[in-house]
Amino acid sequence: MSSSVTTEKDTNLKSQAGKKRSQWGEVWRRLKKNHMAMIGLIIMIILILLAVFANQIADYEEVAIKQNTANRLQGPSRENWLGTDNFGRDIFARIIHGGRISLMVGVVAVGIAVLIGGTLGAIAGFYGGRVDNLIMRAMDIFLAIPSILLAIAIVTALGANLFNLMLAIGISSIPGYARIVRASVLTVKDQEFIEAARAIGASDFRIITKHIIPNALAPVIVQGTLGVATAILSTAGLSFIGLGVPKPRPEWGSMLSDGRTYLWEASHITTFPGLAIVITILALNLLGDGLRDALDPRLKQ
Amino acid sequence: MAESILKVKGIKKYFSTPKGMLHAVDGVDFEMEKGETLGLVGESGCGKSTIGRVILRLLEPTEGEIYFEDKNISQLNKKEMIKLRRDMQIIFQDPFSSLNPRLSVSEIIAEPLIIHNIVKKKNSELEKEVLRLMDLVGLAKRLVNAYPHELDGGRRQRIGIARALALRPKFIVADEPVSALDVSIQAQILNLLQDLQEELGLTYLFITHDLSVVKHISDNIAVMYLGKLVEKAPADELFRNSLHPYTQALLSAIPVPSIKSKRERIILKGEITSPIDPKPGCRFAARCNYAMDRCFKEDPELTEVGNNHLVACFLVEEKANN
Amino acid sequence: MSDNILEIKDLVVHYITDEGVVEAVNGLNMTLKRGETLGLVGETGAGKTTTALSILRLVPNPPGKIISGEIHFDGENLLELSEEEMRSIRGNKISMIFQDPMTSLNPVMTVGEQIAEGIEIHQGLSTDEAMEKAHEMLELVGIPRERAIDYPHQFSGGMKQRVVIAIALACNPSLLIADEPTTALDVTIQAQVLELMRNLREEFNTAMILITHDLGIVAETCDKVAVMYAGEVIEYATLEQLFENPKHPYTIGLFGSIPSLEHDVERLKPIKGLMPDPTNLPSGCPFHPRCSHAQDICKERKPIVTNIEEGHMVKCLIYEGVIEAKEVL
Repeated sequence: MSSSVTTEKDTNLKSQAGKKRSQWGEVWRRLKKNHMAMIGLIIMIILILLAVFANQIADYEEVAIKQNTANRLQGPSRENWLGTDNFGRDIFARIIHGGRISLMVGVVAVGIAVLIGGTLGAIAGFYGGRVDNLIMRAMDIFLAIPSILLAIAIVTALGANLFNLMLAIGISSIPGYARIVRASVLTVKDQEFIEAARAIGASDFRIITKHIIPNALAPVIVQGTLGVATAILSTAGLSFIGLGVPKPRPEWGSMLSDGRTYLWEASHITTFPGLAIVITILALNLLGDGLRDALDPRLKQ
Repeated sequence: MAESILKVKGIKKYFSTPKGMLHAVDGVDFEMEKGETLGLVGESGCGKSTIGRVILRLLEPTEGEIYFEDKNISQLNKKEMIKLRRDMQIIFQDPFSSLNPRLSVSEIIAEPLIIHNIVKKKNSELEKEVLRLMDLVGLAKRLVNAYPHELDGGRRQRIGIARALALRPKFIVADEPVSALDVSIQAQILNLLQDLQEELGLTYLFITHDLSVVKHISDNIAVMYLGKLVEKAPADELFRNSLHPYTQALLSAIPVPSIKSKRERIILKGEITSPIDPKPGCRFAARCNYAMDRCFKEDPELTEVGNNHLVACFLVEEKANN
Repeated sequence: MSDNILEIKDLVVHYITDEGVVEAVNGLNMTLKRGETLGLVGETGAGKTTTALSILRLVPNPPGKIISGEIHFDGENLLELSEEEMRSIRGNKISMIFQDPMTSLNPVMTVGEQIAEGIEIHQGLSTDEAMEKAHEMLELVGIPRERAIDYPHQFSGGMKQRVVIAIALACNPSLLIADEPTTALDVTIQAQVLELMRNLREEFNTAMILITHDLGIVAETCDKVAVMYAGEVIEYATLEQLFENPKHPYTIGLFGSIPSLEHDVERLKPIKGLMPDPTNLPSGCPFHPRCSHAQDICKERKPIVTNIEEGHMVKCLIYEGVIEAKEVL
């Protein structure tokens, strides 16, 4: 190399070593600064831990399912922290086990929606033209049907069980994700590094998986977090009208539904599942908003 | 005579827009020799970047042929094209959007090597090659795991150059490679490009709107206006003896950082006209101070007037005839 | 009344960010006479725009903060005025042209309304009178008055910048700050806009601060030049002094970095290294890490202003007689 090339080895440089952060590291650092988002995250971690270790905390068969009519409609006490319901079952145990269902439905339903909707959106955005038109018009038709109605229709047609519930909620939120991913892919697709990848001979598959998707992920993560909340609400709603998880399996929505007859004499039966829903949704929304701020490149200095 | 490396013939690239056909490139011919730098200048929207991308087949030409080392590459299929990418590369203008923000410096530079199976994935050979390339473009070793967003424009542009050089190409389209950089950094990158050219025998198609940069770096300069070449000549000849009224106005419009040279300035009327469904006739006629009736009816052809100097203007043609 | 329209004394502006304190402007001194044009030259991060925004007291806060200093405009210290008093100055006595004409116009207002807006606010004219004045301004910048009812998207880039100029000059300001007014424009359009600005400045006798990185534009437009580096003016001179006899190694380096149209050189002589990190400026002379004349003392001792001759000031230890240049400057 001829000497006139200015290498930067000879210049003194600011201490850039040691602060090599990937963009995800950067996102985490920004998220950590957001107190509300961290509260949301901590609540979610607690909820997830409770759901995962539900069986260790309270036995499903013995505590959550088994009826004990002698002990019905008890208020909170040392034995039953959150009281008992109209069949004498421990509400705390039922909420934890119900949380399992709610979180699972939420995550799996969003997973289905992101996977299918995301793929469709990515294809539509990447290839454009007729493919785009075809996919997105189909999504528009989907969007014309209120998602809860669509979910009701699917569950009614396939039968009310856990799997169909997840499927129904998942399918009904596909168009939303397709739209978000498409918009996101369109923005990323126009950036020069995609052209650069093409210029070095990268295949479409490589370009989509390696260059577009990682850069189009941010809005999906935000939407997904908020989407879990929506899915949990939908589950509760469907269970409330009897289209959710079959009894006696505990679910927050059906617990609310069961307790509403006793609203006056034993309000705790409805209060605690209701609170569980509210806290979960709130935590997810706090986290989602925090993620949105942390992922937004416009806020980056 | 040095051997020809690239020849484009009658290149056209139209884009369909809601308002009509946009003639981004409308019949461009030129030839380049091995080791030469051809500067392609013009104002925004004249189609200069489109040409660069059509030559690399990042955009498909609407019409016309591209010969690289005497091989017609306008007909190559996807697979053959990928092989050709080893010989033809591009350096982009924007050092920010041309690097994937999710990849580290080494991942960006290694990507072409992995795609073309030049070195096997994740072995020491790959790392050695990445470090060699970083050294070649003057990037310090310790930046190997850094991410683009941590670096300034000049260093990012060096990464882009290293990526382009990874495949050891013969021909590089440099699309405004220094426009986004500060002057002191711009000079560093220009010197780097010149050093690399000497060392590796590269041929550059240097696209820019900056006339002082193009004069400094080019052997030959082609001036573009609304999708057509209006003049092409060796760099010195063009600056000494520009013939096309547009070139003359363009050259006179450059602010010169000197208080001694008070040049006569030609101020053009109006602004660039729309490249959508252009009317026949010289594209520049509407703004030209010398336009004649004929200029609004016929298209002037790019013709040689001696000294490798080509110009597309009826005025010049008529002067020569008289 | 003093001869100077603007006097900036020891201005310090910091941005307080997560990454640390960005020292954007560090003890800047500058004066501008009435009717004069000052070119403010420097690279990205030199603090040019922050200086301009400080004059208008528009430094975004947070994160920006004017730490200390004085900005005297027409004998008044702007930094002591109330926000309300400041508002009556902005767009009236001092106005600013921004770099990007695409985003500095409101897309849902006609250009006529946008020009009239400032006139109405500051000159107490009725809407009709203001609109009439707006039409006159449009013609002044070379746009037919009929186009006053058009929206910005109906104009090309060069035309939009003319509209921006019309807005800036509508209240006949005594100081105009133009921040890279032609950077977004093509050369031939740039030539048109620069000529327009030159003519209008003479007509209105407006003092102007022209922020640019292009020494060519400076040569054609300015009377005085201030070269900024790392938030300081490191050289201040008349146009002739600076172009014929640049003194600071950085200024000389800038000239060496620009390809010349007049002389052919094999290679440019760039300044080595990069702009310093503004959160972590070098000690002593901020330019020492990139300076080919630097000696150990430059790392410790901050150069003070040295008067080379009448009106030519430079901040460099060479001219304080502390060190010797490695080669003749």
